[in-house]
Amino acid sequence: MSRILTGAGAEFRIALRNRWVVIAVATMAVFAMVLSAAGSAPTGVLGSDPLSVTVASLTSLAVYLVPLLALLMSFDAVAGEVERGTLSLVLTYPVSRLEILLGKFVAHLAILALALTVGYAIAAGAALYADPRATAGLPALWRLLWTSELLGAAFVAIGYALSAWARRPGAAAGLVIGLWLVVIVLYDLGLLAVIVADDGGFFTTQVFPWLLIGNPADAFRLYNLAASEATAAAAGIAGAANTIPAPQALASIVFWPLAGLGLATLAFRKVTP
Amino acid sequence: MTSLLLSKVTKTFGETRALDAVGFSVAPGERVALLGHNGAGKSTLMKIILGLIEADSGTVEVVGAAPGSNAARRQVAYLPENVAFHPALTGREQIRYYLRLRGEPARLADELLARVGLGDAANRRIGTYSKGMRQRVGLAQAMIGQPRLLVLDEPTSGLDPVSRRDFYAMLDGLAEAGAAILLSSHALTEVEARTDRIVILSGGVMVANDSLAALRRSAALPIQMQITTRAGAADDVAARLQGVRRNGTMVNLTCLPGDKLGRLGQVTALGALIEDVEVLPPSLEDIYSHFSHRRVS
Repeated sequence: MSRILTGAGAEFRIALRNRWVVIAVATMAVFAMVLSAAGSAPTGVLGSDPLSVTVASLTSLAVYLVPLLALLMSFDAVAGEVERGTLSLVLTYPVSRLEILLGKFVAHLAILALALTVGYAIAAGAALYADPRATAGLPALWRLLWTSELLGAAFVAIGYALSAWARRPGAAAGLVIGLWLVVIVLYDLGLLAVIVADDGGFFTTQVFPWLLIGNPADAFRLYNLAASEATAAAAGIAGAANTIPAPQALASIVFWPLAGLGLATLAFRKVTP
Repeated sequence: MTSLLLSKVTKTFGETRALDAVGFSVAPGERVALLGHNGAGKSTLMKIILGLIEADSGTVEVVGAAPGSNAARRQVAYLPENVAFHPALTGREQIRYYLRLRGEPARLADELLARVGLGDAANRRIGTYSKGMRQRVGLAQAMIGQPRLLVLDEPTSGLDPVSRRDFYAMLDGLAEAGAAILLSSHALTEVEARTDRIVILSGGVMVANDSLAALRRSAALPIQMQITTRAGAADDVAARLQGVRRNGTMVNLTCLPGDKLGRLGQVTALGALIEDVEVLPPSLEDIYSHFSHRRVS
């Protein structure tokens, strides 16, 4: 445990010096502020409390931003050490490869938690300032916070796996951007296209829900929107939320960080410095 | 218990045989130099000893444990060739990190850095260090704890002559405390008198494993004698000794080590014709190239 924390401490310090902590926190803060300003308009029309509306907007934002931040923080983890030549020395120390990965994981999750907390706190503050009734939305915000952290954890871990697999930082950077594009952007579009073609057939009723839940980003969106009373505030894919029970979406959100770490450990084992 | 035991270690990369049945041992307190050209297999052998890569066949025993096992890693220190650290960390932070990984108190960092002459630079980021300074950080981390075996890959590259001397003095201290030391180098001149034994690898084959004095004997390379004669007597002396006249007062002789005293006797018998005799043993480069070009069939 102390070896994991030692690694985490060094990794956090490096992220601080490389401005990664500042970049992550500032990104979340800026986007939360923009959404709060834009989201305050429709409150009266919907009749929901303003914070629940903000949470719905933040969910749509987090689906894109959290995986991106997570992948950008993690792609260098193994490949960077291989390229700098720092890996061969640390591997001769009495520390396991899993402990090395977990040290980085703890540090990156701490940075992510910091960025999410600052961003979401700004959003909550803005909503509460505008309307004291917004306290009704606090449970939804809390749920968004910890599910965002789990979503980030999944992509940090997957980023490690790609980093170990690629072995060169340039290749790893390309892979994580490609992954983000496919899993976050193209995946939903692809599903949508198949649904339209299928026209309510076997795929739509039997396969589609599982494909949706298998993607951690979609599971995250479903879980937050299904559990939120502001589902109506978010259009589109949330309609599918009705067919998938929340516990299964949650299981997917919890499963992916662990699966990602498993893949990362397997890939890291094959790296010879 | 020997600190390091290698037997018939073989490793191939594709078509290339990087190591071919290499076997030797290092006892506690013994300093062994591993010499060879680039690509002779030095770094590969070290990585096998450290468990970073696996040998295809043969046995390796590191302080009584398997290479790369936790028991072995706890007792072995390593200094990689061209050691690198994260440029964003300071020297002190980096050493504190390595101390903690070995379960040693982090407060020892300043003392270690002072020992390698980096006391004043401890607070600066490693990104601002020179190559020699990074090498010293590498030495500092290799001294953490009481390693039973130190594996040092070209430890003095990038160090100036004074730092080299300091470094070998530190090694002596570690060896006196019972640590076994295996260090690699390109040059025999550097490890002369600094190590107890010399292992020479050539194309993955171990071509020598002995003390420098014994290597010198077994190489049996010819000895050069430079004779300074009385003015004008060079031709006479060259004729009497069957030597080669170099100029008006210099004659060169070549002989095998066993004939050295006999030849010296012949020289002194010439009495007043001789002004001075200089005996030049084969240079370390000669011995090294003798062994590194000899291939075991």
